[in-house]
Amino acid sequence: MTVFGILRARTMDWLPAVVTTVILIVLWEVLVDVLDVQRWLLPPPSVIFAEIFDSFGFLARQTGITAMEIVVGFAISVMLAVSLASGIVWSRSVERTIYPIIIASQTIPIITLAPLLIIWVGTDITSKVIVIVLFTFFPIVISLVSGLRSVDQEMVDMFRTLGASPWQTFSKLMIPSALPSFFAGLKVAAVVSVIGAVIGEWFGASAGLGWLMKIAGGQFQTARVFAAIVVLSFLAMVLFAAIVALEKWSLRKYPPTANRVIRLGES
Amino acid sequence: MSPASQRIAVEDDKNIVSNDALITFSKVGFDYELSRILDDVSFSVDRGEFVALVGPSGCGKSTILNLISGVLAPESGHISADGLVHHHERLGNVSYMQQKDLLLPWRNVAENSRLGLELRGISGADSRAEVEKLAESFGLADVLGSMPHELSGGMRQRVALLRAVLPDNPVLLLDEPFGALDAITRRSLQQWLLNVLDTSRKAVVLVTHDVEEAIHLADRILVMSTNPGQIIAEIRVELEPDTERNEISTSPQCVAMKSRILDLLDSQELAQ
Repeated sequence: MTVFGILRARTMDWLPAVVTTVILIVLWEVLVDVLDVQRWLLPPPSVIFAEIFDSFGFLARQTGITAMEIVVGFAISVMLAVSLASGIVWSRSVERTIYPIIIASQTIPIITLAPLLIIWVGTDITSKVIVIVLFTFFPIVISLVSGLRSVDQEMVDMFRTLGASPWQTFSKLMIPSALPSFFAGLKVAAVVSVIGAVIGEWFGASAGLGWLMKIAGGQFQTARVFAAIVVLSFLAMVLFAAIVALEKWSLRKYPPTANRVIRLGES
Repeated sequence: MSPASQRIAVEDDKNIVSNDALITFSKVGFDYELSRILDDVSFSVDRGEFVALVGPSGCGKSTILNLISGVLAPESGHISADGLVHHHERLGNVSYMQQKDLLLPWRNVAENSRLGLELRGISGADSRAEVEKLAESFGLADVLGSMPHELSGGMRQRVALLRAVLPDNPVLLLDEPFGALDAITRRSLQQWLLNVLDTSRKAVVLVTHDVEEAIHLADRILVMSTNPGQIIAEIRVELEPDTERNEISTSPQCVAMKSRILDLLDSQELAQ
């Protein structure tokens, strides 16, 4: 393939999605105008972007607060999930004690805990961080446990015949084997963490994009609600892209078959 | 035919235990989920000796290697390898090359090869030097920086063998090392293995289902039965000093020995 061909293939990876999005935005703009929809009911994209532009400083401050909650919550969630998954894989008694509780905990609608958390720990960042952790640790634990378990018994035996200690087998065999599925869990958690932050802010906050949406919604400032949504999805995309970049770097030595895509519709 | 002119002697004496033995198995039994895998298995392997285990699948050949290496502990009986009698002590002190190459896909050839040294706590620089010392004779000098998925099956087996022998233990176990390879690659790797091991004075145990491979490589062949696994015959492959190893497969004695071993294996199939 020529350099031009590779460039064209790369462009074709993202171009269809961008074109579709642009078409949908233009359609939205035109339809709102043609059908004469009220601004407070559904503002056209131009008004939403104008809102983002006009209140940029204010939006940026609220974004900073929400982003801080997400980063702290996500970091704590990863640390918690890694320790839980390691414990589950390391010892059968830890698994029997903790694993059923972790799974059962996910049957509780986390959203219903948010008001309780506000009562218990107040309206500052702590309650949001806890909601984010509750939302995100589960996909990370599940993917990490299944990744750590994906190791062949033969590989483990090979490590034993080379005299590996349990810790060496864990750190040099099981963790590297688990990385691809760990990143799959992180990507799910990244998207969910934004939802957790907004829900936490809805139930009691004095700042942040979720708080902003609630106040603006009550005042029928629909364009401002949309502006917050746009910024929130942008936040999620940045977090997602950061994890994809980290994944690419961490898995740079892994064989390309790990990323091979089977396309049943194009044979 | 007088014994002196006989190039290959065949004998049936079981359970010969020698004094210079590096590996001894005495009256070893092993069960797996209520079924008897090995029953009363005894044999020994001397320093510098190459022994092949042949037998039908499921006869417990690989179990014997797992017992010698310490991966498994015996149900009954006594095992010693390089003087180590407890299976925990043997882990890490017996070189074992499994059937699959089991290379770590995220490590290049050099990093895979030095795994055993790394696990012993030998520094990166020292272990790299050890790898480079042997890489030439293993035919791996040019691919030390390659990733496993870039190598052919034969090359991957060489890396697996290099990884197994680098800790330089006096006992080496090989479980169907060339089983997954095509006939031509297998043939050339067998010859190469003999050259690599020529001066090493290791006690080697090879598990194979390929009778010709056993005759080609081993000094002594132990024929096993199944249900339960037992050693039913011991066959010594004796060569006159001037005999080239690669000539033996066409010699009449070798053909006779091969048909004898195959008869032993066949008679078991019929007995079942």
